[in-house]
Amino acid sequence: MGLISLLIFLPLAGAVLIALGPREKPGLLRGIALTTSVATFLLSLGLFTRFVAGEGGFQLVEMRPWVPGLGITYRVGIDGISLFLVLLSTLLSVVAMAASWSDIKVRVKEFMICLLFLETGMIGVFVALDLFLFYVFWEVMLIPMYLLIGIWGNPGRRIYAAVKFFLFTMFGSLLMLVAILVMYFYHGKTTGIYTFDLMSWYNLKLPLSMQVWLFLAFGLAFAIKVPMFPFHTWLPDAHTEAPTVGSVLLAAVLLKMGTYGFLRFNLPLFPEATVMFVPLLAGLSLVGIIYGALVAMVQVDVKRLVAFSSVSHMGFVVLGIFALNVEGMTGAMLQMLNHGFSTGALFLIVGMIYERRHTRMIADFGGLSTVMPVFATFFLIVALSSIGLPGLNGFVGEFLVLLGAFQAEPLWAVVAGLGLILAAVYMLWMFQRVMFGEVDKEENRGLKDLNLREAALLLVMVFFIIQFGVYPKPYIDRIEPSLKLVLKRVEERGAPLRPAAATAAEKPAAATAPQHFTTQHHN
Amino acid sequence: MGIETGTVMLSIIGPEVVLVLAALGIMMTDLFVKSDSEQPFLMWIGFVGMLGALAVSASFWGKEAAYGFYGMVVADNFSAFFTTLFLIAGGLTLLMSSGYVRAQGIAAGEYYTLTLFATTGMVLMAQSTDLIMLFLGLEVLSVSLYVLAGMAQDSTRSAESSLKYFMLGAFSTGFLLYGIALLYGACGSTRLADIGSVLAQKQILREPMLLAGMGLLLTGFGFKIAMAPFHRWAPDVYEGAPTPITGFMSVGVKAAAFAALLRVFAGSLAALSPHWKELLWIGSVLTMTIGNVAALRQTNIKRMLAYSSIAHAGYILIGVVAGGSAGTGAVLYYLLVYTLMNIGAFAVVITIEQKGEKNLNLSAYAGIGSRHLALGAAMAVFMFSLAGIPPFSGFMGKFYIFSAAVKEGYIGLTIIAVLNSLVSVYYYLRVTVMMFMQEPESGAEEAAVFFHPALAGVLLIAIFFTVQMGLFPSSYLQFAQDSIKMFL
Repeated sequence: MGLISLLIFLPLAGAVLIALGPREKPGLLRGIALTTSVATFLLSLGLFTRFVAGEGGFQLVEMRPWVPGLGITYRVGIDGISLFLVLLSTLLSVVAMAASWSDIKVRVKEFMICLLFLETGMIGVFVALDLFLFYVFWEVMLIPMYLLIGIWGNPGRRIYAAVKFFLFTMFGSLLMLVAILVMYFYHGKTTGIYTFDLMSWYNLKLPLSMQVWLFLAFGLAFAIKVPMFPFHTWLPDAHTEAPTVGSVLLAAVLLKMGTYGFLRFNLPLFPEATVMFVPLLAGLSLVGIIYGALVAMVQVDVKRLVAFSSVSHMGFVVLGIFALNVEGMTGAMLQMLNHGFSTGALFLIVGMIYERRHTRMIADFGGLSTVMPVFATFFLIVALSSIGLPGLNGFVGEFLVLLGAFQAEPLWAVVAGLGLILAAVYMLWMFQRVMFGEVDKEENRGLKDLNLREAALLLVMVFFIIQFGVYPKPYIDRIEPSLKLVLKRVEERGAPLRPAAATAAEKPAAATAPQHFTTQHHN
Repeated sequence: MGIETGTVMLSIIGPEVVLVLAALGIMMTDLFVKSDSEQPFLMWIGFVGMLGALAVSASFWGKEAAYGFYGMVVADNFSAFFTTLFLIAGGLTLLMSSGYVRAQGIAAGEYYTLTLFATTGMVLMAQSTDLIMLFLGLEVLSVSLYVLAGMAQDSTRSAESSLKYFMLGAFSTGFLLYGIALLYGACGSTRLADIGSVLAQKQILREPMLLAGMGLLLTGFGFKIAMAPFHRWAPDVYEGAPTPITGFMSVGVKAAAFAALLRVFAGSLAALSPHWKELLWIGSVLTMTIGNVAALRQTNIKRMLAYSSIAHAGYILIGVVAGGSAGTGAVLYYLLVYTLMNIGAFAVVITIEQKGEKNLNLSAYAGIGSRHLALGAAMAVFMFSLAGIPPFSGFMGKFYIFSAAVKEGYIGLTIIAVLNSLVSVYYYLRVTVMMFMQEPESGAEEAAVFFHPALAGVLLIAIFFTVQMGLFPSSYLQFAQDSIKMFL
């Protein structure tokens, strides 16, 4: 069994062990869960060391026949795009286990099983190179997340939120399933080989009319997951009602699956359609950026505010991807990781004050910085990272996305920049109301500052927030070659359509399109 | 066709013979059963009979098709596949009945005897190569089930169920018989092979008598598989019948009717496929949509599973419409998968059901997942599988069906089907919501769980296969493919 398979199945083994363990000893169960996830994380570091930087293709590929009659294989591997997403999943799983220590007190056994299943699903989605396998992981993940929200969520509306989450995601995925089947048979009929292997599919040249429909079917599934405006309505509910750990993983990892899907499937499989749909996708992501920020501004509940800020931040990621140049896409990739850390940390922070005060209303707080100075420091760093302060992680990603967007279409950068300003407004305004000023509520006076475990958790997050901010090179070195490969696929096939798309937007194509697009104009 | 028809060949109906002998054995033994505690003995006779029949039927596997009774019945891979399926359904039904029959005060001897007779009818249907024999098999099956549905004598609902089933069943049999008569009129034979060869000459394909016969036959089968618009009987009958019998009907009768449908339509009426495919296309869309939408509103778990079973018939019909090796193979695989997961779901219902049809309401399921984790988890697996969520077998079944449909170009039908799956997710999730996310209303007594070792065995078997067939479907897909060679 290869390293990647080990990563997929280790959490499952832990889950089985916990299922057999004694319910009366929650401490033991937590211990097993934490050990499993730590072991998985340590193993996943092996991916980083074994990964050959500078190569764009898939590495550490494992293959095993699964349903040979249908051309289904168990095929996993990583490239620069998935490498860090897998690491993010394994790291955040450890954080989640540790964060649930004081939060989750009932049905610990089931909770730990769900978390470990979720970890398997998350890793699986990012490493699957067989469309069938990908679909299985993509769907499998719904079950533990649904249970996490539905069982351990806020008593009020958890069931509504859980079912909504499940149905929304399922809707998109089912249409994607049909699209996968259509692709499969098209591949089979044109080449004679019936396979779900992504690598073979990459070589397929689909007619444009087909690409359009398939792009929409795949795109809808991913757009719901991201979530892009106007498919975002499940997200605030799911985030608000989920337990802290659920929100952390949802924001940090699950949302990335949508943007990952665009990069992995939509762009390289349907290059012509991608170029055609740039205005639509970029437009929706811009709307999402501004809309998410504006709605975040008026929230009275901190958690809901963070949830809407996610809509805005994920808009940046999609915008970067559909800028269709190296800068934008690298920025998008970094922003995916950044958002994982900053928003993950924000949800942890919200969870920590909720545990102390059992409220998340901004109005119930004020002046916390004098009562909880350590907490305040962490909160400030994370908030600043979220709004993209230079020196912290958010800046690098957002800057690159803006750069890429500007090259593609200056107006995009202007609108997205406005989103950045709004982000500063809602985040800092919230921070001011919660942390500064007089301590005017009696209940807030006696709040305890962070304990060691909580501080350690946030320290991990802040470490990466700073590290990404000051030295993103090791990440970019590994990410960029893979992105260039994706971009090359889009350029080769999609380029002839590019001028048409640009003139449709009434822009001089040659002036704005990046160099590599203009080279093929004679086609 | 070169069929050797000149002999009786008793061995061809070996499975039926074993089943009938076991049934007679139960009847005789019943005379000597004095106390309730000896009842399980009757069940085990039946179970051993099922195992024996399975062994006989397995011996037919992989051999050249052998005909018996002057070409009225056949033993081939197709019949061996379905016989296996019926015996799995029947055997599991026996196991889960054992405690139930005693608790509900149902006459055990008759109950087990009739279950075996019903299974005999099913096997006969799968083996018949003649419309008359098909009809006989169907009647053996139906008459046994009319009685079984009314076995809970204390319950008016059971009586209602029995009467309704009988009336509508008799009515639909009329359609079937009339259809057979017209086909005979058009083709001059009731032999499936002869009908096929007459139609192959293509001269009579537009004959009104033939088309009317086909339509009536389709109606008759439509009743049995609860295809819309002939599904109206199913919810009432399923709700009132003793729960193990409901489970048995929802998988066994459906599978038997599909076996016959495939033999007749995909086999001998293949030349008419443009006509009946169009009808089945509409039937499939109606069936799944009506089943799923109606299931959304149900509060009684048996009624919900009844509508769900209607919806699943709709999915299976897609496979029939798609046809070919992929479509027909998908039908067989789906039926196998559906049998195990649906019986599993019914086993959970029985575990929670109390005497006097208590705890059949969904609200009785509140909090079961937290008090009985294993039971809740089992139900969750069956529900997720029925909803078609990987990695469970229900997903693989749907995947196989949908891929056959896409392959044959029925993309519109596939999209309708996936949207239907989405609707179905809602009501399957509701069961898990009740079990895991809600607590019983204060004051309401907690649903006690009725535990029985045989029932636990059924649950284990069903869970095992629901997971295993989902993760490693290859050999089962091959099994299904090998069973349909004669249609290709």
